[in-house]
Amino acid sequence: MTLQRKTAPEFKGIENIHLIHPERRELTNGCKVFCFNSGDQELVRIEWIFGNLRFKPESPLLNMAVNSLLTEGTHSLTSAQISDKIDFYGAFLQVDYGHDNSQVTLYSLTKHLHHTLPVIKDIITNSIFPQKELDTFIRNQRQKLQVSLQKNDIIARRIFSKALYGDTLYGLSADIETYDTLNREDMQVHFAQMYQPSNCTMIVAGKIEPETLNLISDAFDKEWHNTGQAADTGQPVIIPAAEHFYFTEKPDALQSAIRMGGAAVNRTHPDFPALQVLNTVLGGYFGSRLMANIREEKGYTYGIGSGMSSLKHGAALFIATEVGADVCKLAVDEIEKELNLLQNELIPEDELSLVRNFLMGSLLGSLENVFSHADKFKNIHFAGLGYDYYDRYVNTIKTVSADRLQELARKYLNFDQFYKVIVGKY
Amino acid sequence: MVKFNRFTLDNGLRVIVHEDDTTPMAVLNILYDVGARDEDPDQTGFAHLFEHLMFGGSVNIPSYDEPLQRVGGENNAFTSNDITNYYITLPSSNIETAFWLESDRMLSLAFSEKSLEVQRAVVIEEFKQRYLNQPYGDVWLKLRPLVYKKHPYQWATIGKELKHIEDAKIEDVKAFFKKHYNPQNAVMVVGGDVKTEEIKQLAEKWFGPIPAGEKYHRNLPQEPDQHDERRLTVTGKVPLDDVYIAFQMGARLDESYYVAELISDILSRGNSSRLYRKLVKEKPIFSEVHAYMTGSMDKGMFVFEGKPLENISIEIAEAAIWEEIERLKTELVPEDELTKVQNKIESTMIFSEMALLDKAMNLASFELMGNADMLNRETKRYLAVTRQHIIELSNQMFRKDNSSTMIYLAEKAV
Repeated sequence: MTLQRKTAPEFKGIENIHLIHPERRELTNGCKVFCFNSGDQELVRIEWIFGNLRFKPESPLLNMAVNSLLTEGTHSLTSAQISDKIDFYGAFLQVDYGHDNSQVTLYSLTKHLHHTLPVIKDIITNSIFPQKELDTFIRNQRQKLQVSLQKNDIIARRIFSKALYGDTLYGLSADIETYDTLNREDMQVHFAQMYQPSNCTMIVAGKIEPETLNLISDAFDKEWHNTGQAADTGQPVIIPAAEHFYFTEKPDALQSAIRMGGAAVNRTHPDFPALQVLNTVLGGYFGSRLMANIREEKGYTYGIGSGMSSLKHGAALFIATEVGADVCKLAVDEIEKELNLLQNELIPEDELSLVRNFLMGSLLGSLENVFSHADKFKNIHFAGLGYDYYDRYVNTIKTVSADRLQELARKYLNFDQFYKVIVGKY
Repeated sequence: MVKFNRFTLDNGLRVIVHEDDTTPMAVLNILYDVGARDEDPDQTGFAHLFEHLMFGGSVNIPSYDEPLQRVGGENNAFTSNDITNYYITLPSSNIETAFWLESDRMLSLAFSEKSLEVQRAVVIEEFKQRYLNQPYGDVWLKLRPLVYKKHPYQWATIGKELKHIEDAKIEDVKAFFKKHYNPQNAVMVVGGDVKTEEIKQLAEKWFGPIPAGEKYHRNLPQEPDQHDERRLTVTGKVPLDDVYIAFQMGARLDESYYVAELISDILSRGNSSRLYRKLVKEKPIFSEVHAYMTGSMDKGMFVFEGKPLENISIEIAEAAIWEEIERLKTELVPEDELTKVQNKIESTMIFSEMALLDKAMNLASFELMGNADMLNRETKRYLAVTRQHIIELSNQMFRKDNSSTMIYLAEKAV
């Protein structure tokens, strides 16, 4: 039989997604622990996730700075001793500040946990934010900021967030002077209120031995106490800007950064799963309409995409790209055309079925190892949703109609109502 | 330990199968033994431009991406100075689609003029976005020719200049394909939820009929040892000064490579590393400072890079880096410090076993260098490095007359 090279082989759709559910336990101090026990390698990832405190306009960097400086010294360990211990045991310690939560992450071989866990315990309970380390942090952040402010895409992102989210954690973009507001005293108060068991969710993933659980409860249950004053994690109401168009001219620019979009809905909203499908059609994969038109047809850019951000108190749908400075206006026109097309014409079934299969493959592929299963859980847990969310998501991918997507395009993809930011030439 | 099976088709295609049933996915990774170092000096950037054209349709299949996305797959590729690597991840039940797509573009491309025209434009935008329209983006375009006088590593994968990309013709594309894209010049790794027997059959079916083509025999001008101190100062629209000191170092397969990597870890891996501890924290000289290696197949570069604080002169910044270098040359690294970086190598290896695509890429790359099983012997080679090796290599490598220093000065506003 001759080989049929012109015909694609038969393929199968993906029927089911198997998600590992965590084993849940609550420590006596109120800290919630979720365990994902799976995997062949003798290692674990442990995350301590804390809700950010209420945004203070007069001291806007507190959440970020407190998190960043957790590794910089405690009552018993200097910054140097902390990193020596972690590095010596081949472990990795990260602190990450996010819009809604801040976290500490430890990657450690199981056999070294009795050396590495006490360090984490110490930084979460005993951090002192030494003045010298704070000075170093501020000095280096200011230098990094100077470099970032030369990058058009970063400037565009800052302006966009500010317009959409106003004076909140989400809209904040620090300037050089903003760092003047930081001081140790505020940081210590902030630390004490935020980093306590009742504001903490622990997620443990990997090969979890009974010994691992013992080590965790020894360090983070009986000996870790709440301060008595509950963490205030409420946030101010978002007031978006009235102005919708922002152009920052850079006369020497070879490329212009474009970022545009508008408020959308977060994961808790019934529109969200279908909106993800629509976003994928628009700019969420290599074959998307924006890529096909603006990169693969016109060659205006190296890349263009759209995305959604789902936050606790807000959400956005946005398009971002960097295009040749001389074709910036043309690129904006093409984006407008693509948005209008989704509002005015139904997505053909052939394209929609491709996107359905792509999203299912993508979901399956995103479950690479036990850490990915834990990440899937975080998505729903912090949005206050259960695993039935993924059933709805899968069902939406498989069944959402072109009519429904057109309806959503009319609701969320209005070019005229978008915030539009251009940095470069226009 | 990454287990695998290996076989070679009659046309010379080397195939490696890594069975991993912890995932419902499969990966198909094809590495072609061609990179920017194989380019004509007057036609640089071509290997990378060619990589873009590999997505512009093949002889029997007009669109590469569309059918793959339709079966739930994703793909990408990258070009380096040494290799060009293409990979697909998809649900394992649809693995045959990956064989169909990859074998057709190894058989022949469509060579469409339209695709060439668009991808030229796309690559030019990529050149601007990554190298020209970014602060410090052009560093490698300037530093490479300072370090390499003979070897084609003197140009970056994106190419020397926009014009080389603008001038690319369809005849050049065809000739490049004929020279480099055939079974003899490729290594394929299939990993994930697959069985070796099934992969053998699919490989025979789809890749077996492809003509062997000609074997490409690489014969590049090698870079002579350096015996002169080199220096370049440029001024540009950047907010801060930036210092680069590059040293020639051994090739990837050289025993000294493992020693050099541990030296770079001692200097620059993690917050306990020397450069960060001494030059960012204790003596505030830099806002950031790093040491790293290019890890190239031929003679590589060992690079120090740092942005001095605003009140620090370039001379003081350079001297501070040299002081740390002197320490390596005169004092044995403490046992504990060596153990620390070796422990980190060991744990990193274990963590990397959790990532299927990384495993597949590593197997392909080691097979190209001689034997995929080298991947499983890597940790041992790092653990065999001694304090004596470190002091010896430091003295051999970190010589003034083996250094190329590039200073990027911030243009001061008038």
